[in-house]
Amino acid sequence: MSEKTRKFKGGVHPNDSKALSASKPIQDAPLLDSYKVIMHQNIGAPPELVVKKGDEVKKGDLLAKASGFVSVPLHAPTSGTVKMIDKCPGPTGISVPAIEITADGEDEWGDALEPIADWQTSDPEQLKQRVWDAGIVGMGGAGFPAHVKLSPPEGKKIDTLILNGAECEPYLTADHRIMLEQAEDVVLGAAIIARILGLKTAVIGVENNKPDAIAKLTEIAGKYNVTVQGLPVNYPQGAEKQLIYAITGREVPIGKLPMDVNCVVQNVASAVAIAEAVVQGRPSIERVTTVTGKPVVEPGNWRFRLGTPVSKALELVGGVNEQPSKLLLGGPMMGIAQSSLGVTVMKNTSGILLIAHDEVSLYTSEPCIRCGRCVECCPMSILPATISQAVENKRFDWAEDLNVTACIECGSCSYVCPSHRPLNQHFKRAKIEIQAQLRKKK
Amino acid sequence: MSIALIAIISVGVLGGFLGVIIGIVAKVFAVEVDERIEGVEDLLPGANCGGCGYAGCADFAKGVVAEAATPDQCPVCSADDVKSIADYLGIEAEEKEKMVAVVRCSGDAKNTVRSLYNGVRDCRSAVLVAGGAKGCDYGCLGFGSCADACPFGAIEMRDALAIVHPDLCVGCENCVAACPKDLIIMASATTDVHVYCNSPEKGAAKRQVCKTACIACRKCVKASGEEDHMLVDGFLIRTNYENPPPPDLVEASACPTTAIRLASQHAAGGYEGALK
Repeated sequence: MSEKTRKFKGGVHPNDSKALSASKPIQDAPLLDSYKVIMHQNIGAPPELVVKKGDEVKKGDLLAKASGFVSVPLHAPTSGTVKMIDKCPGPTGISVPAIEITADGEDEWGDALEPIADWQTSDPEQLKQRVWDAGIVGMGGAGFPAHVKLSPPEGKKIDTLILNGAECEPYLTADHRIMLEQAEDVVLGAAIIARILGLKTAVIGVENNKPDAIAKLTEIAGKYNVTVQGLPVNYPQGAEKQLIYAITGREVPIGKLPMDVNCVVQNVASAVAIAEAVVQGRPSIERVTTVTGKPVVEPGNWRFRLGTPVSKALELVGGVNEQPSKLLLGGPMMGIAQSSLGVTVMKNTSGILLIAHDEVSLYTSEPCIRCGRCVECCPMSILPATISQAVENKRFDWAEDLNVTACIECGSCSYVCPSHRPLNQHFKRAKIEIQAQLRKKK
Repeated sequence: MSIALIAIISVGVLGGFLGVIIGIVAKVFAVEVDERIEGVEDLLPGANCGGCGYAGCADFAKGVVAEAATPDQCPVCSADDVKSIADYLGIEAEEKEKMVAVVRCSGDAKNTVRSLYNGVRDCRSAVLVAGGAKGCDYGCLGFGSCADACPFGAIEMRDALAIVHPDLCVGCENCVAACPKDLIIMASATTDVHVYCNSPEKGAAKRQVCKTACIACRKCVKASGEEDHMLVDGFLIRTNYENPPPPDLVEASACPTTAIRLASQHAAGGYEGALK
């Protein structure tokens, strides 16, 4: 904690509401009768199905294999039978293909992956292959395949590994609990990733509102030459580019990746998954998710298997004590609103959040009053007000000139806007239109 | 002499001098313009809809005069308009079939609403938030991006459903590109029978989210007998536009969900409350 930390420009301070679940230890969810595993859980190409209806699978068996480099395999969350391969409500509101598995109750492991006990001396390539084979993606929310980040192209030298334990999103406490309860695995994961990248050290960045996690990690971090760095509390501190700036002082240029400034960032939950995949041979079939919100009877942190329906997850927390008005996957700033309780837990579901009626208001979008609050808070230093007007006039070329593609969709601008303008939605739209234009040109 | 007089005289002299220069320049550097371009432009509708693929009516007129385009490429012109342009230029006009847009969805707000949506009132933006407010993944989102794109006011938003008025539609196809769900097709104006559903899901799944979805019961297929007027496409029936059905097929098929409709009746609201 000796190094100087920098404060990135902008940011907001929403009420973090973490007290609801921060002190609740992680609980293992009981085995369910059936799981609906959504096929496409990663950024990149969807995996290719290798099972068919009626197949018997063991826990950890392959359900689908990677269909390219930017794609990860999918494994069975428990032992049982493949009941059917059909559509299920997806996180974006559109039905997506999913594999339904009827559990046999045995929960018996298959013989999928061999533990690599001697990771300290084994070949880094073998470790990287293991990360891929275990189907690990960025578990902070993005779902970007972890092995891709660990494979810098020729000529890019990585000198800093950062583990992201900022968890700046309000309400979510899953990473906080992981850092407290599985601190050893976090540090072990950091050491394994460092070995894959050929580094000697790693930094774990944690926001200063989690002093217990910082203390716990610091206690054991020295074992693998890992350091822990406290970070100022400021949303979006956990965004990759802001985190890199806070720890190294380097700014990632627009359109570039962390590896262009010689950094690799992995979430702490991903590090735990990597440690488990290497040392225990466990594929990515479960994750810690915070189920929280004012209407929830018993908010807490749960270890869910992939494919657990949100309706079941809510039953486990004792249901709700009032009719909620909104369901989000993820936190309140960047989470995605859901329209169905049938959506299931995926590798990047960091939270299941219910919002009560008295916590939401129906605003209508008013004209921009040029107050400049969005410009002040934008951590990427773009001009949300001006860009939103370009988008409203369907001038996506102007939006592109104003660097809308640099937007990280953190939602800070929408949060502060006194005219309640749906700025973030405008930028998402603009990015999609710009991408469509690019594809057309090709 | 007062200052005002000096100003008036000097500006007057300067104006006169510049006027003479402009006159000379206009004569010496005059650009030859084909008069026929203006003539054709006068005969065109002047809506600048871009349906022909040119930047507007003036640009299209240039294309027609230069024989890079034929007058029938204008989707707005009726057969008579095309003929008058052809006669003006002294060329042969080709027969053209009038096409109209069909929004293949009948799920209005009464049928399908699933959640409250309070974001940007635009279909392409709405689709980013949990797929819009309606229960069906394939249907009309109801925020009127197609109606905004229509330069002729032929699309009406009624109960969050886009409805094409076939008599106003000129077939410029602007709405086709505006729809993020690829719901809108162009069909011959002589065909009045369409299936107002575009969901390939199974019948039961469709009925859960929409009361007027096509459930592929095939009553209309049977009603058309051996004639092949209706095509079965998985769990969805489509009109066979190669061999379009007669209007009385709608009545004969007694569709249990009123998914098969006459475009003219649909536009007039003839199916409101028709479903039991």
